[in-house]
Amino acid sequence: MRFLMHRLGFFALTLWAAITVNFFIPRLMPGDPASAMMARFHGRVNPAAIHAMEIAFGVDDQQSLWSQYVGYLHNTVTGNFGTSLTYFPLSVSSQIAQAVPWTLGLVGVATVLAFLGGTLIGTISGWRRGGTVDSIVPPVFVVTSALPYFWVGMMMILVFSVWTNGALPNDGAYSLDVVPGFTMPFITDVLRHALLPAMTVLITSIGGWILTMRNNMVTVLAEDYVRMGRAKGLSSRKIMYQYAARNALLPNLAGFAMSLGFVVAGAILVEYVFNYPGLGYMLLNAVNNLDYPLMQALFLMITVAVLVAVLICDFLTAWLDPRARSAS
Amino acid sequence: MSASILAGTPAPGTAEVPRRSSRRAGSGMLAAVRSNSKAMVGALLLLLFVVVAALPQLFTSIDTPDAHAFELGLPPSWDHPLGTTAFGQDIYAQLIYGTRQSLIIAVVVGGLATVLSVIVGVSAAYLGGATDSLLSAMTDVFLVVPTFPLIIVIAAYAGKGSLLVIIGVLVITGWSYGARQLRAQALSLRNRDFLESARVRGERRSYIIVCEVLPTMTSLILATFLGSALYAVLTAAGLQFIGLGDSSSLSWGTMLHWAQSNAALQSGQPLWVVAPGLCIALLGASFALLNYAFDEISNPALRPVRRSRGKRARS
Repeated sequence: MRFLMHRLGFFALTLWAAITVNFFIPRLMPGDPASAMMARFHGRVNPAAIHAMEIAFGVDDQQSLWSQYVGYLHNTVTGNFGTSLTYFPLSVSSQIAQAVPWTLGLVGVATVLAFLGGTLIGTISGWRRGGTVDSIVPPVFVVTSALPYFWVGMMMILVFSVWTNGALPNDGAYSLDVVPGFTMPFITDVLRHALLPAMTVLITSIGGWILTMRNNMVTVLAEDYVRMGRAKGLSSRKIMYQYAARNALLPNLAGFAMSLGFVVAGAILVEYVFNYPGLGYMLLNAVNNLDYPLMQALFLMITVAVLVAVLICDFLTAWLDPRARSAS
Repeated sequence: MSASILAGTPAPGTAEVPRRSSRRAGSGMLAAVRSNSKAMVGALLLLLFVVVAALPQLFTSIDTPDAHAFELGLPPSWDHPLGTTAFGQDIYAQLIYGTRQSLIIAVVVGGLATVLSVIVGVSAAYLGGATDSLLSAMTDVFLVVPTFPLIIVIAAYAGKGSLLVIIGVLVITGWSYGARQLRAQALSLRNRDFLESARVRGERRSYIIVCEVLPTMTSLILATFLGSALYAVLTAAGLQFIGLGDSSSLSWGTMLHWAQSNAALQSGQPLWVVAPGLCIALLGASFALLNYAFDEISNPALRPVRRSRGKRARS
C-alpha cells in the first residue's frame, strides 16, 4: 500500500511539474513570446481568439503572476484549454478528442505488441544461451533499435507503397471515399492504413525489449532457485516460464515505463511521416501554424498519457512483485 | 532514452558492480574490445565517421556541397555516385560534409550529458539524506516526462534552433537515465572497504569521490556516454527532419527534411532518403554496438558462451 501511495505521490508531482513548465516556457523564452503574440494579434483577430490565447497562456495584464498561475492551473485541471487558432471556432478539447483514438489505437497497440513479442523472443534467446536464436538475435536487434523511427517509416513507404504501386496506403488513417462507420469496408480500410505505421513502431521498438529481457534472463538463470528447480526435476518449460521469465520480467516492466518517452518521440515522427491524424501529427501541425493553445494542450495530453501508462506499470509491478508491496 | 533499453542492465539496485580494480581496467578494456566482435564493428564504424568528419575533402572533390551547381534530380552516375537532389546538389558530397555536424552533436551532447549525470547521480548517492531525495525525485521527473514533445514546444517558442540551441536542449533532456544508473552503482559502492579506509585515512570528500569512487565506475560512465550519444544522434536527426533545426546548415537530418518536403520518395529519388538515413542508422549502430559490448565486457555473465558454439561446429 505504501508503495502505491508513494507512486501516486510521484504521479501528482510529475504532473504538477509538467503543467508548471508549460506555464513558464512562454514566459521565460527570450522576447516573451506570450506578450509579443498577444500584441501581434490585437486588432487583427476577433476578441474571442484573443480570449482563447489569454486562457492558453494564463496572461492577463491586470493580474499578478501568482494569480495568473492559479487561474491557469484551474483552467487546466477543469479541461478548459481555450479555443484552437487553426480550427478557429472549435475548442482545443474537441480537436484533441478527435485525435486521441487514432494515437491510442496505433501507438498503444503497436507498443504493447512490441513489448509482449520482445519479451517472448528475449525469453527464448536468453534461455537457449549461445543457441542459433541467441547468436543472431542480439547483434541484429542492437542495430534495429538504433534506427531512426521516421526513416524506417519512409523505407516502409518506399518498399511497400511506392515500389508496389500503392499496394498499401501511406497517407492518413482512412480513405476519403469510404464512409466512416462500423462497417466492414471502413474497418478493413482503417487496418490497411494502420499496417505500415504500426510495423514501423514495432520494428524499431521491439529490439530494446528483446535485449533487456534476454540479459535479464541470463542474470536470473544463474540464481539458486533455478538450480533448485532443475534439481527437483521440473520440466524445462516450467522452469523457463514460471521460474526464470517471471522474475526477469519485473525489471523489464520498470524499463517499459522509463522508455515510453522515447517511444512517444518516435511515434510523433511516425505519425508525421504517414500523415496519421493522431496527437503527434496534430502537435507538429500546431507548431507549424503557431497555434499555441493547441500546442500547449497537446504537450500536456501526451505527458498525461505517458504518466498514466507509467502508473499502470507501477500497479502491475505491485501486483506481480510481493517485494515491491512490502518494501519501502 | 533508447539507451535505457540497450544498456540492458538489471534493475537499479541490483546493478552489477565490476569487480576489477581501476588500475587494470585500462589495458584490460582495450584487449576486451579487440576480442569482442560487436565492439570491433562499432569501433571501426565510429573511426570511419571520425575520419570523414575531420577530413571531408579526402572523400570528395566537391568543396561547396550546398551550392546548386548541377542539373536537378540526376540519377546515380560516375560523376555523382548517389545522384543529385531536386535543387541540383550532389548527394554524396552532402553526405560527406554532413557527417561533421551529426558527429559533433553526438560527442558534445554525450559528453556534457554524461558530466551532468555523474554530478547528479554520484552526489545524490554520496551525500544521501534530503539531498538524495531531492535529486532522485528530480531525476525521476525528467525521466518520465516525454522530452521530445517538450523539445518541440521549446523549439517552437525559441524559433528555429541553431546548433547551440539543439545541443543545449538535448543535454537538458538527456542526462536523467545515466544519473539514475550511476546513482544506483555509487550507492552500492558507498560502504565498500576501500572507501571506508580512505575515510579513516582522513581524506577529503572531494578526493574520495574523484580519485576513489569515479575510477571504479569507469565502465558505467562510458556506457552512459555511449547511450547519451545515441540519444543525441537520433533525437537531433528527428528535430532536423521536422524542420526545427537550422535548415540552411548541412547535416543528415536536414538532408532528410529537404528530401521529405520535396516528396523524394514519390518523385523517384529514393537515394536522397536512403543514404542520409543509412548514415544516421550506422552512426547510431556504432554507439549502440559499443554500448552493448561494454555491457558484456563489464558483466561477464552476459558474454557469449563459446563452448556450445564449438560443439555445434564439430557435430
